[in-house]
Amino acid sequence: MTTTTHPRSFLARNQWLLARRTSQIAILVLFLIGPWFSVWWLKGNLASSVFLDTLPLTDPLVLLQSYVGGHTIEATALVGAITVFAIYALIGGRVYCSWVCPINIVTDAAHWLRTKLHIGVNWQPRKATRLWILGASLAVSAAAGAIAWELVNPVTMLQRGLVFGLGLAWIIVLAVFLFDLMVSRRGWCSYLCPVGAFYGIAGKVALIRVSAVRRSACTDCGDCFRVCPEPHVISPALKPRDPNTSPVILSGDCTNCGRCLDVCADDVFEMGGRFRKRPG
Amino acid sequence: MADNEAKPGRRQFVASCIGMAGSAGVLGLLLGTYSEQSKARPAWAIRPPGALAEEDFAAACVRCGLCVRACPFDTLKLAELGDGVTAGTPYFVARQVPCEMCKDIPCVEACPTGALSKNLTDIRKAEMGVAVLTSRDTCYAVARGANCRACYLACPIKDEAISMERRQTDGRGYFEPTVHRDKCTGCGKCEEACVTAEASIKVLPRDLVRHDRPGGPVKKSGVAGNR
Repeated sequence: MTTTTHPRSFLARNQWLLARRTSQIAILVLFLIGPWFSVWWLKGNLASSVFLDTLPLTDPLVLLQSYVGGHTIEATALVGAITVFAIYALIGGRVYCSWVCPINIVTDAAHWLRTKLHIGVNWQPRKATRLWILGASLAVSAAAGAIAWELVNPVTMLQRGLVFGLGLAWIIVLAVFLFDLMVSRRGWCSYLCPVGAFYGIAGKVALIRVSAVRRSACTDCGDCFRVCPEPHVISPALKPRDPNTSPVILSGDCTNCGRCLDVCADDVFEMGGRFRKRPG
Repeated sequence: MADNEAKPGRRQFVASCIGMAGSAGVLGLLLGTYSEQSKARPAWAIRPPGALAEEDFAAACVRCGLCVRACPFDTLKLAELGDGVTAGTPYFVARQVPCEMCKDIPCVEACPTGALSKNLTDIRKAEMGVAVLTSRDTCYAVARGANCRACYLACPIKDEAISMERRQTDGRGYFEPTVHRDKCTGCGKCEEACVTAEASIKVLPRDLVRHDRPGGPVKKSGVAGNR
């Protein structure tokens, strides 16, 4: 499929994917070594936690729902939410999706199996769907005086479940898996999940971005488009109408997963700063 | 018309927006209904000390479990989906592990959002629930006139929150465990200690017992002379 003459090693072809999995599992393990071994580095769960008994970390979307739900925000949670938001605004909003979120492992598995089994059924809702779901979650939070999305959120259900006890939450996780496997290609993360939509908004200003720095070397093999969970973000940087356009992938939808760096045999992409102006 | 060409595009856009808004509306209504439904908490699930009233708690608790981690007696647990309590919110079952009423109230201290209110500084002012002698017919002291006072002895504020009151019925004398609602915190030590197979004294949510609190089963105006 690729045009390279030197076969690239397994590590070269999968380094970002492996790093991502390591990160996802390491974060989970950080939460688990508390209850398992009484090593309390990270206490709580993705909704809110305390790092080394000092630094509060709070999910800004959960706190936003709490606020519109009519609750007066307390300082600890506010500091935690600003910290988390700042981190993602720096390293890429949807880094949450590809480097932290445990559901991503589930949906990636569904996508892998879907490809293996050649499942063709593919319902593709509009891209904006997740923004509408995000809006609906906030509206319901305001109207019902509750943190609405947390009642059904598979992300926190799974993560909290692994750390505190799963109960029937596995059913919701299974539903997401089956949806991505048999109904919609990358359906959950790319079209429906409002958590990703929210972090995508944070990602609009993110400093760390993927860049198609050596786009002149592109051989149009299409590998990056096939592997990308949000392929629409690539074209403006890789195939711009104006050759002077920045090679940086600016869309907040990009999850900085780095899979395009893995698969590109021509080494077109690079992870770097946002302000790279010209192709290298 | 001059903008004949632009119109179908615009119309399509408007139509898709209406479709999206409609779908989001339907989802929102379902989510809202579910949200209202999940504000109903079963009577056996007791919230930690300092917990806001249930309808405020739903917007305040982010389900992080820091109160659970702070509890030195493993009293608190986070509801799992299927428990019957809103998933991720903290509660305890008095009969299993009651609240030990720590002086420094670590669960409240740990709460990052104020869902467990820091206004609670004296654990004796906690209003987790209120103990009620639910089965006088099985209570050894009342039904059999036995010298059982397990609930009384277990109470961390005995003589104030609970006392054994001498009663007389049909010429038969006995001592009845008597809860004083204004002092009872609902810690559940009495319910845990009760020796009957099914506890004869139970902690109930305060709004079930005191109808003057919001969210109670009967509107305030419909009840005369509560407390």
